[in-house]
Amino acid sequence: MLGGVAFDQQIIVGMLFAIIFTGFSLALPGFLTIGNLFTLMRTVAVLGILGLGMAIVVIGRGIDLSMIAALAVPSGVTLAVAAAGYGLIASLAAGIAFAIAIGILNGFLVAYAEIPPLFTTLAVGIGVAGVGQSGLFEYDIVPWPPSLNSIAWIGRGALLGIPYSVLAFAAAAVVVAIFLRRTRLGLFVYSIGDNLNAARIAGFAVRPMVVLQYILSACIALFAGLVLSASSSNMDTRIFNLTWIYDVILVVVLGGIGLSGGRGGVLNVLLGTLLIGTIVNGMTILDISFEMQNFIKGMVLLAALLLDSIINPRNEETAQQGDI
Amino acid sequence: MARFASVVAAAAFGAMAMGSVAYAQESMNDPARDAYYQTFKDKKVVFVPVFMGLDLTEGWSKMMAKQAAALGYKYEVRNSNFNTAAGAQTLTSLISEKPNVIVVQNPDVQSYARLLQQAEKAGIHVIQLNMKTNTLTYGFVGADVVQLGELQAKAVTAKCGAGTSGKVLILAGPPTSPFSAYMLKGYENILKPNKNIKVVSVQSTGDYESAKAKSITQVVLQQNPDLCGILGIWDNTDVGTAAAIKEAGKSDQVFVSSSGGGGELSCKGIREGLWQHYVSYDVPGQARDLNDLISAALQDKNPVGSTKTIHYTPLVEYTKANIDKQSCWTLDTIR
Repeated sequence: MLGGVAFDQQIIVGMLFAIIFTGFSLALPGFLTIGNLFTLMRTVAVLGILGLGMAIVVIGRGIDLSMIAALAVPSGVTLAVAAAGYGLIASLAAGIAFAIAIGILNGFLVAYAEIPPLFTTLAVGIGVAGVGQSGLFEYDIVPWPPSLNSIAWIGRGALLGIPYSVLAFAAAAVVVAIFLRRTRLGLFVYSIGDNLNAARIAGFAVRPMVVLQYILSACIALFAGLVLSASSSNMDTRIFNLTWIYDVILVVVLGGIGLSGGRGGVLNVLLGTLLIGTIVNGMTILDISFEMQNFIKGMVLLAALLLDSIINPRNEETAQQGDI
Repeated sequence: MARFASVVAAAAFGAMAMGSVAYAQESMNDPARDAYYQTFKDKKVVFVPVFMGLDLTEGWSKMMAKQAAALGYKYEVRNSNFNTAAGAQTLTSLISEKPNVIVVQNPDVQSYARLLQQAEKAGIHVIQLNMKTNTLTYGFVGADVVQLGELQAKAVTAKCGAGTSGKVLILAGPPTSPFSAYMLKGYENILKPNKNIKVVSVQSTGDYESAKAKSITQVVLQQNPDLCGILGIWDNTDVGTAAAIKEAGKSDQVFVSSSGGGGELSCKGIREGLWQHYVSYDVPGQARDLNDLISAALQDKNPVGSTKTIHYTPLVEYTKANIDKQSCWTLDTIR
């Protein structure tokens, strides 16, 4: 929207993606096949869905570190409720209610108590994960119950050769894109992210909007959680302890959505997700070790950020108070 | 008069009866018993797992807690929540708290090694459970992971012999975990001399993530549609491995060998065809061995570190042919 610089990060990452993709296509036999490209996208579909949720919050100039907890615990609740014999509707309702509660808690603390989102969502995330780990489930790895098999397709199998998890990502991307670009509420998100005080003076209901952002990100996280658990037949609620949240931030930042808010969109998330997917897929085909893969991922992020700050240096005009 | 006689008779009869009882069962206290129970008074055992909330750790812990309650010593769990730094911090504070025994499950072969030695210097018996560092302490109870790897690899080589592609994928855990490093050694011992086997990929599933196992399996199956076997790391992780195979429609072609504590998932996995071969390290059996070693440590009067006992626990192989004879445990069946 305001990224009117001709050579912005989106273009840099687009080029980086093109170079790496072409390189793998030429050097790796079996990389550039329809089958592998779908596998590639399937690998990062859940990450991409999470990135969409994170994008809404970051564009609104916040950050949601509780997304992995919101992915793991509410979907774990859905599976557990279904396993206990309640129906599909009741178990989904329980999960959605839990996710909305997390969003309201985050949003209330950020918007009304004015605690910085970084600390709020970090604490809420730890709290939610703690609730999950302190006996809510029998084991921390909750199996997918057969009674939910009627919706298991969201993470399994394929339609006309396209994996359902990729379609789920695509559907989420379309919904979020319409929300951000075609609805009034989406416009509010950009205005608040760009300049909160101006948005308030212009008469936007700023605080309820902030709460809505966190509710949306928690619900998107629940959706990602259901796709993930359907896909791998269980919900491993321990994933909160892993480094997933950094991958989500990586996708968003790498794609070019500035942490200072008000800029970027769904296209950036797609780009960031595809870049990460390509790197991970190529490295897996090359059988590169786990430590080396993490190292290379880190280096790519660093390179993208360095290039961005060289080409688009921060100055008084672009820097905003409260930048992370 | 008649009444007096009956009283005398009753008394005489009673005396005779008592006499004969005393004669037949002379009671005697077991001389070791009082001292034995006295030994455990005010003693304390602390369990430092990598992560609670898994069938393995919950199973071990339940049996440790039961023995503690029965013998009258204190038992505590300090969960390190998959955080090695937090675990190291716990051990450091335990060294000054001085419990009598620390039972520790090591996240990797190196991190806790020095701390465990320090704890023993401070007079604490350290028992390592199932996941072992490269240093020995008072005791180790757990699977011989090299042997475990060999059993898995033997099953896969038997399946992927001549007439198959011989292509094998190895899914490991975190690179420095004992369950990766030692298990790879076991795989190597069997796979290397075998000419027909071709290891197409060795990949880490991170912290035993099933989602990661699934995506790696998908990529490798895409590249090697004729894949023959997969050596999996752990039942919970390999649920993802199996999901990838099922989605690719290759359940009949790819032979999966997994391992774990022999909980209900292990039987379910064999029955539903998630894996065709499974090596169980039998958590209830391990917990019994562990409890014995804890009891021995609490009774031990020698200076800590003067004896070091390794107890490799028995491994059991599950296949479709023998699964009905196995008893896969749950927390409720643990006694």
